[in-house]
Amino acid sequence: MEDILAQAKKVAEEAEVFMVSSEETPVQFEANRLKRIQGKQNTGVALRIIKEGRIGYASTTDPTDTTRLVANATETAQFGVKARFELPQKARYPKIDIFDPDTESIRVEKMIELGEELIALVTRHTPDIICEAMVAKDIITLRLLNSGGGEASYKKSIFSLSMWGSLIRGTDMLFVGESQSSCHPLTKPREIADVVIKQLELAKNRASVPSGKLPVILTPRGVASAIIPSLMVAFNGKIVLEGASPIGNKLGKNVFDPRLSLWDDPTIAYRPNSRPCDDEGVPSQRTPLIEEGKVANFLYDLQTAALAHTRSTGNGNRNGGLPTPSPTTLVIAPGKTSLDEMLSDIKEGLIIEQLMGAEQGNILGGDFSGNVLLGYKVERGKIVGRVKDTMVSGNIYQVLKEVAAIGSKPEWVGGFVHTPPIYCPSLSVASK
Amino acid sequence: MTNIETAAPQLADLIKGYSADYIEARLEESQRSYITYRGKELESIGQATATGGNIRALVRGGWGFASFNEVGDLPAKVELAVKQATLVGREESKLAPVEPIVDTVPAAHNPTIKPLAEKKQLLDEYNELIWRTPKLQTSVIAYGDSHKKVIFLSSAGSHIVQERSDISLRLSAVAAGDGEVQQASLSVGSAGDFKAISGLHQQVERTAKHALELLSAPQVKGGEYTVVLDPVLAGVFTHEAFGHLSESDFVYENERLRQIMVLGKKFGGEKLNIIDSAAVPQLRGSYKYDDEGVPAVKTYLIREGKLVGRLHSRETAARMGEKPTGNARAINYRYPPIVRMTNTYIEPGEASFEDIIADIKEGVYAKNWFGGTTAMEMFTFSAGEAYMIRNGRVAEALRPVVLSGNVFTTLNNIDAIGNDLEMNQGGGCGKGEQMPLPVSNGSPHIRIRKCLVGGR
Repeated sequence: MEDILAQAKKVAEEAEVFMVSSEETPVQFEANRLKRIQGKQNTGVALRIIKEGRIGYASTTDPTDTTRLVANATETAQFGVKARFELPQKARYPKIDIFDPDTESIRVEKMIELGEELIALVTRHTPDIICEAMVAKDIITLRLLNSGGGEASYKKSIFSLSMWGSLIRGTDMLFVGESQSSCHPLTKPREIADVVIKQLELAKNRASVPSGKLPVILTPRGVASAIIPSLMVAFNGKIVLEGASPIGNKLGKNVFDPRLSLWDDPTIAYRPNSRPCDDEGVPSQRTPLIEEGKVANFLYDLQTAALAHTRSTGNGNRNGGLPTPSPTTLVIAPGKTSLDEMLSDIKEGLIIEQLMGAEQGNILGGDFSGNVLLGYKVERGKIVGRVKDTMVSGNIYQVLKEVAAIGSKPEWVGGFVHTPPIYCPSLSVASK
Repeated sequence: MTNIETAAPQLADLIKGYSADYIEARLEESQRSYITYRGKELESIGQATATGGNIRALVRGGWGFASFNEVGDLPAKVELAVKQATLVGREESKLAPVEPIVDTVPAAHNPTIKPLAEKKQLLDEYNELIWRTPKLQTSVIAYGDSHKKVIFLSSAGSHIVQERSDISLRLSAVAAGDGEVQQASLSVGSAGDFKAISGLHQQVERTAKHALELLSAPQVKGGEYTVVLDPVLAGVFTHEAFGHLSESDFVYENERLRQIMVLGKKFGGEKLNIIDSAAVPQLRGSYKYDDEGVPAVKTYLIREGKLVGRLHSRETAARMGEKPTGNARAINYRYPPIVRMTNTYIEPGEASFEDIIADIKEGVYAKNWFGGTTAMEMFTFSAGEAYMIRNGRVAEALRPVVLSGNVFTTLNNIDAIGNDLEMNQGGGCGKGEQMPLPVSNGSPHIRIRKCLVGGR
């Protein structure tokens, strides 16, 4: 890396080398049994240069291929955008625990056992379910060096445990599933199995709802599939900068229900998206996005922040290219209403676990419209059965302006979103 | 720097010497470049090169897979894959037989060697056109191209060197007014031919204007409608509604699903024919051999409304007692091949567009692709453009619509098939963690009765 930096400094005013390598071991189960074990070794090096004031960028999987890497970055710099930022100098980073040696040392035999136990728990409940499962560990090493003297490195462990089941009766198909991840090994398959078994129980009966306006409870998973995609776009500093975010000019204003608070937090110990600094070497911080209904902040990387005359929030993420603002772990503050209280308020309505295709609509405008992949009818305060062939549509700016209630019990969804259920007084429902 | 060509002979010898039921290796070298614009300005421009490979081993029905960037110490990597497979294997290995193949397949184009300046020139022209439209808030242009060389080796003696190229371009225009934001997009692509994405100036201009029109367009009232899909959206519909269900890795070990997806079962009317074919030349999903070294063929999935075929890997074909179709694909060396679509389309019929809409009193004409997803039985797909159809004529513009269907009813509700097949080369397909995979899909205009449309 030092060599790449030295070569790059010969042709450019500033340079930054970013290297990430990982050893990933996914153990995969199909049709209720062990199917495949993988061992994946990945290395990637990215070079960002500032030459004559413009940004050049190239990447490679071969850290020794310095000449081509520098030449590629130099070629792109002719056309690159003008750099508005300065690379961070040596900084003090918060200490955030994201590596557990137990994850690194867990044996593949143990991972097989965990997967087998998970499937056994679910098939014991419903013998004719067909399960896929994955038990995976990933050890990631990251290092960053820049010509301004900035330097950062960390090692992270990620463990994930997931399962999806399909239950087919006649031409009726039911899909259930749950997935969690952590920096610790997840050694309690029971917790995943319980979620899936509950879904199976609730879906045993079928029910249907009429088309029209109905009260809807979004479970934590429902919130993640219907609401989160639009929020991620709306709070992205880049979208704000270009004026495409509907809340871009509403900083400090009441846009959402006063009971609603949301923040981005890469500092929570042992969460898979936590880290001491972002992919540009900016220290991690907890960034409030919605504070009691008010728009509090947007998420920024270095370049976007400079263009917007503000500071980076440490949300510069690389996804195979230049850093761009993106959330790490999103947290919605819990409210005061229990799920039972929400249910008992509903005469006829829905509780939705997963909305399929909700992210395909105009998420920029906050619209969501999706097919209820997993959701149930609520009748006089009771969940009576699963609904199918039903579409639910809404707009998050209408829905989150006045929610009926925010749940008191938040849950992790997939390890990246922590949210309680949200009760919407009225959403548009179309059904067959 | 390691050259995959020099590593190949050693690896070919190595995988023949191990005690596994089957071993294959893929070595890959790729180059890619991309340019994105946000608003009037270029946002990022970059070039990437990658070298890597993998070993996949089969032992008593269990698979081991080792992928790497560092093309050294190959014996240790083969050993790891075999060891993992041994840990998994508990039954008999089954693979549909294929003849070992030795072949070299060059790509017709290599877009990555074209100077960045020329690529940028075209995108500058498009962006300028977009920004001639008044009231635009922003725009996004994402261009990417790639070229890769893959060496496939198998313990049965196959040695295939195959090159593939790909280009994709997506342009979106975003209009805003009165706290409303609307966008319109255009997605195109090709198997590496830059000409295919050049000269689209009129379409780009129309896309930008449409974003503006949407601001004043009403949202459709949710419910069931007679829906007419244009070739682009009907292609996405074919992919989502039926294509995924014909991927036999979902089916082969699922007894219930096998009963539902039994060959001969009626899914649609007699005029409905659905095909998947990587053998059509020069489309984004085209190739000569798949990532298991199986030659591509044209596969009828539905013929005259009945299920007649499905997409296979060597393993699914063997386990279902059917012929392999050459549909095992991996997005790159980091992943094992899985059953995927290639170029999927509805065969054209005889109806003209005018015939199709003539007797619709109130319906929806949905055009252009925005997205789509499926959960086997139920699926959704969203249109980039939509219009009401009133008394046999295309009427006012609507906000983009999301349509939803159920595979067991919606295909049966197709009651008119147009004569105007077009292949859509935009977008890409995702399955598991492998996305976007270059595919194309197509159809003529089709009419669907009783299609569920989400709305206000």
